Order: sequence, then C-alpha cells, then structure tokens
Amino acid sequence: MSTQPIVSPQDTNPNVRFLEEVSLKTAGVSRLEMCIQCGTCGGSCPSAADMDHTPRMLFAMIRAGMREEALSSNTPWMCVSCYHCVVRCPQDVHIADVMYTLKGMAIEAKLYKDSTAPDFSQTFVEMVENYGRSYEFGLATRHYLRHYPLRLPNMAPMGLGMLSKRRMNIRPRKIEGIDQLQAILQKAEEVEAVS
Amino acid sequence: MKEYLYYPGCSMESNAKAYQESLTSISKPLELVLSEIADWNCCGATEYVGISLTPAYALIGRNLALAEQQSNGTKTVVAPCSACYLNLAKADYYMRERPLLEKNVNTALSAGNLHYNPGSLEIRHLLDVLMNDIGLEEIERHVVRPLSGLRVAPYLGCMVPRPDYEHRWSDPEHPIELDQLLKVLGAEVIDFPLKTHCCGGHMTQISPNTAFELIRRLISSADQYHADLMVTLCPMCQMNLDAYQTETNRHFGTNYHMPILFFTQLIGLAFGMDPKDLGVGLELTDASAALNKIGVEVPKEEPKPRRKPRKKQTGLPMPKMPGDEEAE
Repeated sequence: MSTQPIVSPQDTNPNVRFLEEVSLKTAGVSRLEMCIQCGTCGGSCPSAADMDHTPRMLFAMIRAGMREEALSSNTPWMCVSCYHCVVRCPQDVHIADVMYTLKGMAIEAKLYKDSTAPDFSQTFVEMVENYGRSYEFGLATRHYLRHYPLRLPNMAPMGLGMLSKRRMNIRPRKIEGIDQLQAILQKAEEVEAVS
Repeated sequence: MKEYLYYPGCSMESNAKAYQESLTSISKPLELVLSEIADWNCCGATEYVGISLTPAYALIGRNLALAEQQSNGTKTVVAPCSACYLNLAKADYYMRERPLLEKNVNTALSAGNLHYNPGSLEIRHLLDVLMNDIGLEEIERHVVRPLSGLRVAPYLGCMVPRPDYEHRWSDPEHPIELDQLLKVLGAEVIDFPLKTHCCGGHMTQISPNTAFELIRRLISSADQYHADLMVTLCPMCQMNLDAYQTETNRHFGTNYHMPILFFTQLIGLAFGMDPKDLGVGLELTDASAALNKIGVEVPKEEPKPRRKPRKKQTGLPMPKMPGDEEAE
C-alpha cells in the first residue's frame, strides 16, 4: 500500500489518520496523499459553483483531520463524475473515486444534510437489489413525489412523452439469476463490514 | 465478420431504445455480431459506488464473471452506454491495481459460484470498435445517402473519453473520433468546443437547477454554432438534452430547439435505411426540420409492436392454442 504510517501509534485522536482512512476505502489507488493543493480540480469543475468547498479545499480538510466538516460537505454530492479534474490533476489523484468514498462514509456516519442525493442513490440501489436491473419509472416518480412534489406538474409532460414513446417501462424487469445476485451482494456487504 | 460479447445495459431497453434499434439495424451490413451476455445485471450507474464499495464492485463483477464464462473465442466486451462502459472498465482496472479489491470482489462472487480474473476481458466502447475494428473505409463503403448539408455537433459527454485507463482515445477532452466518423457520413461537422462537457448526469433528479445550467450551456453553444442537431453516443446525455430541453427552456425563459440523436442513427440514415428501423421519431425534441435537410421524413405514427411469429411445431408435442392454425 502506498500509505505509510506517519503518526505516532500512541496518538488516540481518531481523526489523525483520516486521510489514510479515506485513501484506504477508495477503489484502486487513490493517490490522495499526493495532492499539492494546486486547485486545478476546482477550476475544472462544472458544478464547483454549487459546492460548499472546492475539491482542493476538501482535500486540505481531510488532510487536517476535519472529519465532521468534510463528511458534512455537499461537495461529493455535487460531483457529476465528469472526470475533468481527474485527467487534469498533475498528481493523478483519483478525485472522482475519492468523492464516491466520501459519500459512502458520510452516509455511514449519518453526516449528510440538505441533499436528496443520498436518498436517490439508496432508492436506485434498492431497485437494483430487487430486480437486478434499474427501474427508471419507479425511481423517478418515487424521487420526485418525495422531494419535489411541486415540480411534478412541470415534469409530467416529459414523463408522459417518455411513456408514449415507449422509452420508459412501467414495470420493472427482473433478471433470472436474482437469487444469485442477492447472495453475492449479501456476501459483499459482509466483506465490506469487516474491511 | 467480427464477433463480440455485448453488454447492453438497462438504458438500451428503455430510454435509449432508439440507440439499440439503430445499432441492431447497422450491425447487419457492417457484419458486426454482438452476442448479449446472458442474464447480465445493472452496472450500478454512478449510484452504487457512492453507497458501498465492495457491493458496488461485486455488482459489476457478476457481469464480468458471466462474460468471462460465456466468452466463446472473443474476449472483447462491447458496451454502448458510457456509464456501463466506464464501470466495467473501471472494475477490471481497479481489480488489477488493488489486490485487496480483487480478493473482496471474488469472495463476494463465490457466494454465487462465480469468479472473475481481472485482465481476462477487454472492455471497449461501441464507437472504438466501429472506428478501429470495422474502420472508416468500410463504413464509408456503405454510405448511399450522404448527410450533405447537415450541420452536426458531435457530443461525447464525459465517461467514454475519460478517465480512459487503457489510452484508447485520441484525447481525453477533445477526441476527434466521432468527428471523423460523422465526416465520413458526409455531414458538416462543427468543431464543438463542449464535446466532452457534462450533461448533468443524475443531477436532473437530485439538483435540477445544477442540471439545467449544464444542459443550457451545451444546447446554447450548439445553437451558436448553428448546428442542426447534436449527435451523441451516450444514453444519459441523449436523455438529459432531449427530454429535459423543454424544462430547461422554461427554467431560463429561452427558446432553444436542438434535437439530439445517437450516432448509430446517423450511420443508418447515411446507409439509406428506413428511419423507422433506426428509432427515429422516438426523440422528444423533434428532429423533423433537421432531417428534412437530407430528405428524410421522420415517421409520425408510432410503429406498431410487431407480433412474434409463432414457431412451427416440429419439436415436442405442445398444447394447441387458439390461433395456431392461422399462424401456420
């Protein structure tokens, strides 16, 4: 692993290893430790204007052990996964994947606020776990009903258009190996819990 | 004849039907054989990875394991959807880069008696296969109705050219492959500066105002370049720009009209195919005016669902159903 223990084992502050923790929980090798705070990420980001902190600021906070502040930030939730920052980062930090890690950690720590995004992701995941395929009609109607009921009248023509053009299936499709998939996902949850 | 394993992804059977229909149609003349991975599941889009790491990669891993199992002489998996393409490629790459992930994913897969050896498959996007395996010369050979006079803005979106683990594309921000292909079809191709900018992705659902701004940038830029239409290779991009265009116009008080089609539909039109067989007309932002410029009428009527012809009963004896006689 690329991360080296850099703090004293006697240090009892759990946040002292926050950077290492985020890095280890990221798929692949995050290279988050390599950040030089140049700000290319924020400058490349199409949704930076809507973020509480630019990615650069967020990474500085992580390095500073500001767990609660970092996991409460809306920044990971505003990331659109466009990978502009990833290909421009001079240090090859896997920024988009770090954002995914932070989302998962924020959900686990119950620190996310003011955003419907976690709920959207969780509903999506539930549907995939139940059917094995995504189910847009159920997902979109449930999400809009729950969070944007006042926007529904505006969105209805679009939904009807999609339905009448056969571009949205009213019923979900289930894969044959759904039991197999569920067994795999359950095992994966167990592995995730101990790693 | 070129044979590949095919991972369609959920969109191809719902919002991106036009992409699937046109791909099926153009596959025949191009002798492209796509064998669908049996019983594939959703790739998790951009949602699952934000919840839990191992389950997200195990979900993708099942597809890779099934593909490896079913690979019959070919190890190339073709994905037409950007998010699916990236997720499959990413899982394969990260399982190689991080042995712990490989171990965890395979532990999970073992609960379903599956296993995936990272690196045993090659994950490629449809455009890459058309450009590099079929080739522009072969595609040009089939062009009978050049798209002359049609000004198109090539739009790839994010997840095909980036992050590009295997360096398959000419550039992560300004790749030229889609431009080259559209030029071969005879279209007038705009050097579209926003060709790999974001369409908003799932923000239409979780932060609509963010999404509307990103959609506005794209369609207003294409409009400034006097594009007749935009051409994409991603179901999500097509859906956001097409289906949310009215709502975006309402949000900003604008009046843009920018149709967006899949590149496979334009290939089919240039091949002289019937627009009905290419899913033309399924777009919500009407493309009639643009396509009239190349003499193509957009089908007005919904094509009626074709009835499956009953199979002749030459095998095992089966109970007779009413209507069987007429079908024979």
